[in-house]
Amino acid sequence: MKPRQQRMLAVGLAALGIAIAAGLTLRAFQDNMMFFVEISDVAAGNYPKERNFRIGGLVVSGSLQRQEGSLDVSFDVTDTACSVPVVYTGVLPDLFREGQGVVAHGRLDNDGVFKADKIMAKHDEDYMAPEVADSLAKHVQDKAKAVPTGGPECESNDS
Amino acid sequence: MIPEIGQFALILALSLAICQAVVPLVGAHRGDTGMMRVARTAATGQFLFIAVSFACLIWAFLSDEFSVLYVANHSQLSLPTLYKVSAVWGAHEGSLLMWILILAAWTLAVASFSSDLPEAFAARVIGVLGLLSVGFLLFAILTSNPFERLVPAAADGGDLNPLLQDPGLAIHPPLLYIGYVGFSVAFAFAIAAMLSGDLDRTWARWTRPWTTLAWMFLTLGIALGSWWAYYELGWGGWWFWDAVENASFMPWLIGTALIHSLAVTEKRGLFKSWTLLLAITAFSLSLLGTFLVRSGIIVSVHAFATDPTRGFFILTFLAIVVVGALVLYAWRAPALDSDVGFGLLSRETFLLLNNVLLVVATALVLIGTLSPLVIEMATGGKISIGPPWFNAAFLVPTIPLVILVGMGMHTAWRTQSASPWLRTLRFPAIAALVLGVVIPLFVYGRASILLVVGCAAAAWIVIMALIPIVRALRRERGAAGITRSVVGMSVAHLGVGLFVLGVTVVSAFGVESDRALSPGESIEVAGYEFEMKGLSNVKGPNFSAIEAEIEIRKDAAYVATVRPQKRQYLVQQSLMTEAGIHAGLDKDLFVALGDQLGNGSWSVRIQYKPLIRFIWLGALVMALGGLIAISDRRYRVRERKEAKAAGAAAEAPA
Repeated sequence: MKPRQQRMLAVGLAALGIAIAAGLTLRAFQDNMMFFVEISDVAAGNYPKERNFRIGGLVVSGSLQRQEGSLDVSFDVTDTACSVPVVYTGVLPDLFREGQGVVAHGRLDNDGVFKADKIMAKHDEDYMAPEVADSLAKHVQDKAKAVPTGGPECESNDS
Repeated sequence: MIPEIGQFALILALSLAICQAVVPLVGAHRGDTGMMRVARTAATGQFLFIAVSFACLIWAFLSDEFSVLYVANHSQLSLPTLYKVSAVWGAHEGSLLMWILILAAWTLAVASFSSDLPEAFAARVIGVLGLLSVGFLLFAILTSNPFERLVPAAADGGDLNPLLQDPGLAIHPPLLYIGYVGFSVAFAFAIAAMLSGDLDRTWARWTRPWTTLAWMFLTLGIALGSWWAYYELGWGGWWFWDAVENASFMPWLIGTALIHSLAVTEKRGLFKSWTLLLAITAFSLSLLGTFLVRSGIIVSVHAFATDPTRGFFILTFLAIVVVGALVLYAWRAPALDSDVGFGLLSRETFLLLNNVLLVVATALVLIGTLSPLVIEMATGGKISIGPPWFNAAFLVPTIPLVILVGMGMHTAWRTQSASPWLRTLRFPAIAALVLGVVIPLFVYGRASILLVVGCAAAAWIVIMALIPIVRALRRERGAAGITRSVVGMSVAHLGVGLFVLGVTVVSAFGVESDRALSPGESIEVAGYEFEMKGLSNVKGPNFSAIEAEIEIRKDAAYVATVRPQKRQYLVQQSLMTEAGIHAGLDKDLFVALGDQLGNGSWSVRIQYKPLIRFIWLGALVMALGGLIAISDRRYRVRERKEAKAAGAAAEAPA
């Protein structure tokens, strides 16, 4: 092959490969993209319906409940303003603790309970998932300023 | 006192690094031999001072010097000695110092084994490495000083993260860093070639062993990390498409492409500017990986604590390196390309396809890793891309890749006539297809299209890779054998085959089950019976644990006893799962303790993982292939010849 043709071949193949990859990528992206939704938004009903998303916050102290001898657990997750009940079946991560940060993957059922299929706890003492930290900081600030967040008043539900 | 010596040595190393960068580069530009000679001396000196600094930090850990902030945060009196040493690189400051030490060691190695390089070229290579070292030393001294004092000193330290207290993790970061940093050598060779405007086949021959060596270490480092995640994180997965895993995987993919492209440049003098671009990309991706880990902008197991100044520094450094290298590339590369042609059916074509597919694979991983960041910046929405996407997307370039590997190995350079080629391929292709059906259907009892494709592709590569190895072994006595390069290449591809087989089988036939289990009770998973014999308390040096004794039986016959633990580390009060694994070449049986469920029972995660060892075995074999290829005679003969000539020249004036 002449160098010129070679280059054309290379460019052609590369373009073809990239086009196929880009097409497949974009299609698959839609299905696998998982949004992080703040708990206050979940409580207000602003969450993707009929698909999985992530929530994150602190595990409410004293909310962890487990049926004896069963793998089913339930607990509440809060962003300090609102909270959402979560149910999960399986082994909880080592770093899962009441009062600590947690991220859950799953979807909301019709009763407003978050059915988690994956639970992730923070990985070490210094570390909290950035989106959880952001969400908590925002709500703690709002509380300090005592400015209504515009969302639903959740404090009453919690107590 | 000793920590201050370490700090001081680091500053001296910086001044030597500046020397090592500026003087030889200027010398090479002016043709001043005296200035060029500074390169090797400065590199040696810089290495010594960094080694002193590193030794000081190790000393601080071993002697429990809790007046040093970094030690106080990451060590503890009762920490076993091995982990006191590995704690040195257990967090940001120390691992950065180790990065710098490894860069200096690579530079020293280049300086020592470059006697066959033209003086000006060696000076440029060492000078460029010096520039990189300046960047990293500044980073350490300005933003991440490991020797910072803590006043007043702490009585005891905060302990090393229990996840990191594991022998596998003690050596995973060093291996990975040797690989990462090793690509800086290929980068420096590329920059030196562009500075001098000379790039011929000899250049490729110089660059190849260094690149292969770095790639080999990176392969081992990634495999070890994957193995560690499997047994230590207690999840039983071997790859999570975690951002930081991806960060080490992308340089590996590009490094693999670079090795293949260098082969073409050496043998045929082709793909020159492409090779340069890959060398630049491989190192840039290593830097990008560092940025992702250090800045904490990405959610990951590995991400260290967030620090915007560090992230900003490393991003600036990345920008300077990438933009600088690309500007040089745009200016010089067009002049380098040669006008040699090759046939449509030729090894060059296959290597070209290999490169295209590997680059596409890298691009996919890059898109998946960075798109959450891009989308957040653009829309404020926080998304994540799950492993299912990566798994699916990654197959698109890799399935054709593994099929083409088997063909390309048996194709001649320049041009290959079709009929003998087809004859060579015919029998192995049929055998691979048969095996592709037989392995899933008769060994594991189920088959699907993807399974047949995976198993057939694995068998295909294994057969094609074995042909040259068998030939080489047969010809051992007598006629000129097959070169180590060819054997190394075949062994590495054999590793790919084993890896593909392992991945296909374990992802299709692995069983994972979370169950409740109490002492005396037994449950069945994947045809095996797991009985909990009892629970006991055990004590370690810095933890206490509950240990379960679990007996595994198959058809009432005893198979093994595993002892998974739930550990409580005393200082950090953190819980850790130590899985009990019965490992075998054909399968792993994996039991991890979950939580206490009240009434005396525990949740356990039980897994059956067929052929999972092939994944790491495959990586090991790939690395072995690299090692064999590096030992090829042509790299050494040349060196010896040149060394002799240099020796003679040195004697003459004396």
